[in-house]
Parts: sequence; C-alpha cells; structure tokens
Amino acid sequence: MDYPFLTVLGLLPLVVAILVALSGAKAGRVVGLVGALATLVYAAGIIVYVKVTGHSVAESLDWLPIIGSSYSLDLDGMGLVMVAMTVLLVPAVLVAEWKTGFGGEGRFSSKTFVALVLLVESFSLMSFLSFDLLVFYIFFEVTLIPMYFLIGGWGGAARGKAAAKFLIFGLAGGLIMLFGVVGTTVLSAETGAVSLNFRVLATQALGTGWTPKIIFIAFFIAFALKAPMVPGHIWLPDAAEESTPGGAALMVGILDKLGTFGMIRVCLGVFPGESQWATPVILILALISIFWGALAAIGSKNLMRLIAYTSISHFGFMVMGIFALTSQSLTGAIFYMVNHALATGALYLVIGYLIKRRGSANVDDFGGVVNVAPLAAGFTLVAGLASVALPGTSPFVSEFLAIAGTWTRYPVIAGIAVVGVVFAAVYVLWMYQRLMTGPVTPQTEKHITSDLTWRERWAVIPLVAAFLVLGFWPRPALGEIGPTSEYYMQTASVIDPVAQIEGGR
Amino acid sequence: MDFTVPSLNYLGLLPILIVLGTACLGILAEAFLPRKARFATQVGLAVLGLGAALGFIVARWGEAGRGLLDPYAGSVVTGTVMVDGPTQVFWLVIFGFGLLAVVGFAERRVHAGATSFTPSAAAIPGSQAETAAATAGLAHSEVFPLALFSMSGMALMVSANDLLVAFVGLEILSLPLYVLSGLARHRRLASQEAALKYFLLGAAASAIFLFGAALLFGYAGSFSYETIAHTATAHTGSDALLLAGLGLTGVGLLFKIGAVPFHSWMPDVYQGAPTPVTAFMSVCTKVAAVGGLLRLFYVAFGGLRWTWQPVLAGVAILTIIVGAVIAINQADVKRVLAYSSIAHAGFVLVPLVGALAVQSGLAAGEAGSVASIMFYLIAYGFATIGCFTVIGLVRSQGREATNLTAWAGVGRRSPLLGFVMVVFLLSLAGIPLTAGFVGKLAAFVAAWRGGYWWLVFVAIVGSVIAVFIYIRVIAAMFFAKPAGETTADIAQPGVATWIVLAVCFVGTIGLGVAPGPVLDALQAASSFLIPAGS
Repeated sequence: MDYPFLTVLGLLPLVVAILVALSGAKAGRVVGLVGALATLVYAAGIIVYVKVTGHSVAESLDWLPIIGSSYSLDLDGMGLVMVAMTVLLVPAVLVAEWKTGFGGEGRFSSKTFVALVLLVESFSLMSFLSFDLLVFYIFFEVTLIPMYFLIGGWGGAARGKAAAKFLIFGLAGGLIMLFGVVGTTVLSAETGAVSLNFRVLATQALGTGWTPKIIFIAFFIAFALKAPMVPGHIWLPDAAEESTPGGAALMVGILDKLGTFGMIRVCLGVFPGESQWATPVILILALISIFWGALAAIGSKNLMRLIAYTSISHFGFMVMGIFALTSQSLTGAIFYMVNHALATGALYLVIGYLIKRRGSANVDDFGGVVNVAPLAAGFTLVAGLASVALPGTSPFVSEFLAIAGTWTRYPVIAGIAVVGVVFAAVYVLWMYQRLMTGPVTPQTEKHITSDLTWRERWAVIPLVAAFLVLGFWPRPALGEIGPTSEYYMQTASVIDPVAQIEGGR
Repeated sequence: MDFTVPSLNYLGLLPILIVLGTACLGILAEAFLPRKARFATQVGLAVLGLGAALGFIVARWGEAGRGLLDPYAGSVVTGTVMVDGPTQVFWLVIFGFGLLAVVGFAERRVHAGATSFTPSAAAIPGSQAETAAATAGLAHSEVFPLALFSMSGMALMVSANDLLVAFVGLEILSLPLYVLSGLARHRRLASQEAALKYFLLGAAASAIFLFGAALLFGYAGSFSYETIAHTATAHTGSDALLLAGLGLTGVGLLFKIGAVPFHSWMPDVYQGAPTPVTAFMSVCTKVAAVGGLLRLFYVAFGGLRWTWQPVLAGVAILTIIVGAVIAINQADVKRVLAYSSIAHAGFVLVPLVGALAVQSGLAAGEAGSVASIMFYLIAYGFATIGCFTVIGLVRSQGREATNLTAWAGVGRRSPLLGFVMVVFLLSLAGIPLTAGFVGKLAAFVAAWRGGYWWLVFVAIVGSVIAVFIYIRVIAAMFFAKPAGETTADIAQPGVATWIVLAVCFVGTIGLGVAPGPVLDALQAASSFLIPAGS
C-alpha cells in the first residue's frame, strides 16, 4: 500500500491533541500551536506534491462491506480549498486565544482548549477529504462533540445552555441525515451493487418516485440545520454569543461549512435530479436567509450575535449559488465558503480582542475606539468590508460569481439577492460607526487602554493577507474549484444557459 | 404409550453443563467451606466456570470451517435444544457479559472492604441484627452461584427449540434474579420492594407464557417449534388458538425484554437492585429474552410474519418513544438508564420486525436482521455494563450517589473515569465511532430493507429524543455546578473493575471503528438450524 498522505493529514491534529493532553499545563499550548503549524506545512506539502507530480493521493480500504462502505479519501478541487482554509484558520485561532483558560474563567484547563480545537480540525479535515458517504457522515457528526465542549467550557455565563442547544440541533440534524444514509444504502443495495462511494453513487440510478425525494429532503434538512439556513438557524446566534471568539470563528468558519459542503457532495453529487426538483423552494429559502440574517444583524445589540447573523446572510448567498446550478454560481459558492472563513474568522478574532478589553460584547458599550486603538479599528474595518464583499477582497470575487451565475438562470432571484448586498453594507458600516467613530466615551477610555499586541496582530494578518491576495489574484483558487464545479454540473447533466440578447440573434 | 429415551448430545450441551455444574459446586462450597475461604472460592469458581464455558465455545468456533459445527452442533436432546449459529453467539454474549458483571459483584475496594450486597438478607432492615452482621463482616457469597444458575437458564432459553424447554429456561433465569434484586446493602427496603415487585410481575408473565404454550400445544399437538411452524403453514388447526398462543408467549418474552406496555417493573427494579445486579439484569436478561424471542418468532411463527410484524412494529414504536420521553425527566441515574434500556429494547425490535433474510441468504457480506440484532445487543452490552460500573463508583458519604444533582461536576473531578463514562453514554446515544452507532446503522438498514422504512423513520425520531437523556447526564457531569454538600466523587476501584472498564471501553470503541470482522462473523452464524425429519 502506498503512503497514506491524506490519512496522515487527517490524523496529525488528532495525534497532536493527544500529545497536548499528555503535556504539562503551560507546555500544552506550545505543543498545540507547533502541531497546528506542522499540519499547515504538511497540507501545503501535499498540495504542492499533487500539483507538481500530478500523482493521485486517493486512498481506499474496505471498511464495512455489509453496507458497501469503504474508507475512501481523496482530494478534489473543492476538498483542497477547504483543507487549505482549515489548516490556515486553526493556527490563527490558537494564537488569538493564546491566553484563554489562564485567567481561571474556563471550566477546564487551557491545554484542554487547545486539544479540543485540534480535535475539531482533525475531524473536519477527515470529512472534507472523505469520498464515502458513511465516513463523511461519521466525521460530520463527531465534530459536534469537541465543539460542544469548546462552547460549554469557555465563554459567556449561559454557555452551558447554549452548548446544549448547539449539540441538540447538531445531533438532531445528524440523525435526520442518518435516515438519509440508511435510505441511500438501501437504494444502492437495490441496484445490485451496494456502495457508498460518492463517485459510484453518482452513477447509480437510486430508486424512483418519492423515496429518493424523501431521502434528499432528509439530507437537505440536515445540511440546512448545519449551514444554518432560516428557519433552522436559531441555535447559531446563541452558540456564538456564549462562545469564545476563537470558538465562534471555528464554528462558523469551518464547522458550518460542512453543511454547504454536504449540499454539494451529497445533494448535488448523489441526488442531482431531486436537487433540481427542489431548487425553487431552496432558492426562496436562501433569499429568506439572506434578508433575515442581514436584518437581524442590523438589529443586534451584541457583537457576537451580530457577526453570527451576518454569517447566516452569507450562507444564504452560498446556498443560492449552489442550487442555481450554473458553473459560475457553483464556483462562486465554493470560493465563497473559503472567503467567508477568512473574512468572518478575522472579524471574529479582532472583535474578540476588543470584547476582551472592554469586558462586554454590547455594541453600545463602545464608541470612539479608533482614537485609542487605531490598529484594532483598522483591522475591524478591513475584515468587515471584506465580509461584505468590497472589491479588491476575495469575497467580492465569489459573491459576484454567485450572483452573476444565478442571474443567467434565475434573474429575479439574483436581482432580489443584490438588494441583500446593500443591507450588508449597512450592518457593517453602522457597526463600525457605533464602535469606532465619534468622541471617545468614558467607558472606552477606561477599558480599552492598549492597541493590539504583536501576538494579536499576527493571528489576524495571515487571514487578511489571504483574502487580499486572493482578491486581486483569485486564479489559483478558482483554477482548483473550476473542475469540481464542472464535475457536479456533469453529474447533474445540466449545461449553462446561453446568454441571449433580446431582439438580437 | 411408548416412551423413547431421549438421545443427549452432552458435548453440544457442555457450555451449559459447565456453568450449571459450577453453580452446584458453589452451593457445596457455601455449605462446607469455612466462612473466610468462601468469598475467594466463589469468585474463583465463577470466573473459572464462565471462562471454561467461553473457552469451549470459542475453541469450537475455530472449527466452524466444517459447516455448522458438526458433530457437536445441531439437534441435541431430541430436537428440543438446538446448538446452531445463533445459539453459539448468544451463549458467548451471555457468558461474556455475565463474566464482566460477576467481576462487578466482587468489587470490594470502593465499599471499604464489603461488597454491594447486604451482610445479612434475613435481618430486618435497620435492626440490631443487621448492624451486628455488618460489624462481623458477614457477606452473602452465594450471589455468585445464583448468578451462574441464572446464566445457565438464559443459555438454555436461547437454545430452546421447544416451548416447554423455553419455559424451563425462563424460570431458571428468573428465580435467582428475584433473590439477587433484594440484596442491596443500602436502601434495603427499596431493594426488597423491588424484588417483590419483580417477583409478582415476573411470575404473572411466566404464567402468561405458560398459558400461551398450552394453547399452542392444543393447536399443534406439540411443543416443538417446527411442528407449530408446519401446522401453521398447513392451516390444519384453529386460528384462534394459534393467534392467542402467539400473543401470549410473545407477551411473556416481551415482559423480560422490557417492551412497553410490559415495562412498568423495570425502573423500580433497576433502581432498587444492587448496581452490579442491575448491570447483569439489564444486559444478560435482555440478551437471553431477545434470543428466545428471535427463535420463537422466526422459527415457530416465521410463516405468520405478516400477522405479527405490524403488531410488533407498534410495540417497538411505543417502547422507543415511551422509554426515551420518560427518561428525560428522571432525577436518578439508575432510573435514567432503566428507561434508556426500555428505549433500547424498542430499537432491538426494529430490525426484528424487518425480518430481513431470516430464512434465505443475502449477497456475500450483507447483514440480515439476526446478525444486526446480535451486533446491537453486543454494543448495548458493552456500553451498559460500563455505565453501571461507573455508577457503582460514584459515591458520597460512603454510599452510592445516584441522584443527578449529586453528580454535578464528577466528570471534572475525575477526568479519566468521566471520559470513559462519556464514551459509554455516547455509544448508547448512537454517536459515530462508537459501537452503538454501527449497531443502530445495521439495525436500521435491515429494517428498511425488510420493507419498514417508516418504522426506521420513527426510530430515528426516537433516537433524537433519546439523545437528550445522555446529554443531560454528560452536562451534569461536566458543566453543572455542585449544589451544596451533596456532591459525589468517583472512587478508585480495584484492579478487576478497572479491567472490566477497559474491556467495555475497548469493545465500545473497537466495534465502532472496525466492526467489519465481527459483523461478518455474526452474519456467518445467523441462520437458525431446523432439525431434519420433523
């Protein structure tokens, strides 16, 4: 057997997590950060290796033959960018949360935090890499456990309740998905050759009539709860509010991506016909998410909740791009998944620094921060504008592609979605105005006594650099994503609508 | 009337005979050995006896290349006892988990040198005689032979191919349990009440089973499963007798499984009985009853599948929902697990209703109902024995603290045992990478392929509800703030108990990560043998 590149990649953070748990209280975070950086370097190495030599790193091993499941990993374009996003965000979170757990505010020790973050990384990487429905499901599901302890262990006063809400929504979605997994197994077995490999499933004719539709709905509900889409979103603001900023960045940056990722891998990849059948309803749900998230963000008093609601709005754009099913919009949606993690991750971390200094996440408790902490204000502005897709940042590229691609098939939907972009500008700029501008309020002067330290800056700089570089030069990422969206277009056997000019020929 | 001398295949019966013989030896030891030597002798005998029986089954398993284990296997005792694949698996499971439970019986370190059984069952609770017995360090070492007797009854029941033998097995397994449930060291009145309740309801259930057996005898003219099956296919008797017999025997076994609406004894008995006995009952009794039910319904009533499937589907739904919903509101950990155990009885019934590939084979490498039920029970057994073992260790002021409020923060104070407990609870909840998940998956696939997709849907809804149960316990262990002086701690157990926990932990994770070989072995051993020439 060849050297298992991808298994090692997925398990590396897990092994480091065990090492962290075994090391001393102070040494733990150092071990963890080194391990996270090693994962970053190793992942970069694999990507370079694959690109330079053109070898396949796919792995496959029989695992549960009774239901046709095999332990199959592979790295396609979408998986590659998701892996890159994950390995970049995790070290940033660890650096930003360097001091978490040392003030005695947490329920567990600091090294536990680091170990749990690494567990989240390991399980998410495995689900991004897996090409087997059951293996994907398993890792999709177990990411909940470390995240549950991350939310419940550190953060606000009502975190226990928020963590339970997170877990119950997650497990409920997971079990609904289990129904889909069982059904897919049965349908695949009925074709005579049971397999849960995504590529094999794509070629099988899975049942007719209502059965595959019901299974598709089960999958979609599970992913919509994860991603989260209105009305399945109600757990996210609570979980984000009570979580640490780093934990929230991980949650919306990586874990929630599993939802949109699953929509592409499973809904489009395995049930393309049913996806097209459900598209009208899903697009309307996506529009509702875009506006609901934006309006709730405008109305939020709490910064952590505000950013959570902006994410719900962004997930609406992604879902719209996915189900509009044009190669442009799909490429845009996949790229959006990466950019959202970079921009919103950076925003959560910077806002987290301010919240830590001020001791409150209430928007009204700030004011005039730009005068006392100009760097913090600057980073907030850059990350905030990136998250609302200012040209020159990479989210602009993806949002443009998603909307433009949707326009070619559903001009009305795309037209309405554009209005959501305006709302986005409102929530970010108004937040910036209330936090940063104006006279320095007494509370700000009392609490925010220092600007960002070098550690805090270095946590955010890689993320900002990434979305700026990709904003001006998105080609490397789009070049990876393009073939993936082509593949899913072919699986669904749809072609892009040809642009027509009225009256022309 | 002529009488044929039954031909006994002693070699086939050997595992049961070993356990039964060890139990008898234990009784003799109790009578003749000096008090000081008894406890160690009994523990040694029980472990040796079960070990020998297990070793014998495993050794024969190695010879399974020659078809279904001929010449040991097949019809022993003139067709009334069958030693086939399922029997072997169920024996292995019963004796294996029985061994783990018996080790728990012997745990003395956490109780300051005493077992969790009362020093003198005959003394009135709270009386001077009781105190005197405790001070004298008396102990009921006959709990070990009692457990062995119970296990031999279970083993007989899963291999019974005849209603009368099944009834004898049912009684042998039940009677020692009634006694064992009444022997708790602390809260003795509750324990005695539990024993009485269990006895009265259990006796009623046995009577119902016997009544059903009598009706079936009237229908088919025989207690033998094949004769009943043949008569049912040939339609030569009165359908009323057949259906009444089917219902009544079914009720008798469903009672032992703890299916709703025959579950009402479980919470009280599980709570009142000594914790190691609860562990033993919740796993071994359930396995034995499911084994008996499987053979009865698939062999004797296999042809009537379309009659009993809808009814059992209803029972399964009720059991899952009632068990899961009521468990959410329980304040006592043992009661929580009792209701969870009820819910799991419902989950076991789901693939049973599906009846996938019961008679015919499947394509190579697929699992039918019987194999998935066996796997589910094994997964459930590891997690449940593990949970009850940890429960026995959570103590405050010298006795077990089973109230959830007292559990606040125990996981943080003992991270290792807390972590192990979390793994067991997650397995019960069916979270991936644990055995419980694979069990649920195999069970649901079998049921769906058997045509019961809506039952799978309801079962999954039930699983969602059941998740609450386990999250509540985990949240109490790790996130709840200790309230006042009622906090408990996890005591450090002896080596033997650590071994039990390690076995359960490795089993839970191992079967979750690499279930393939075990599932294959179970599928290979999942067809019921029907004696030729009947």
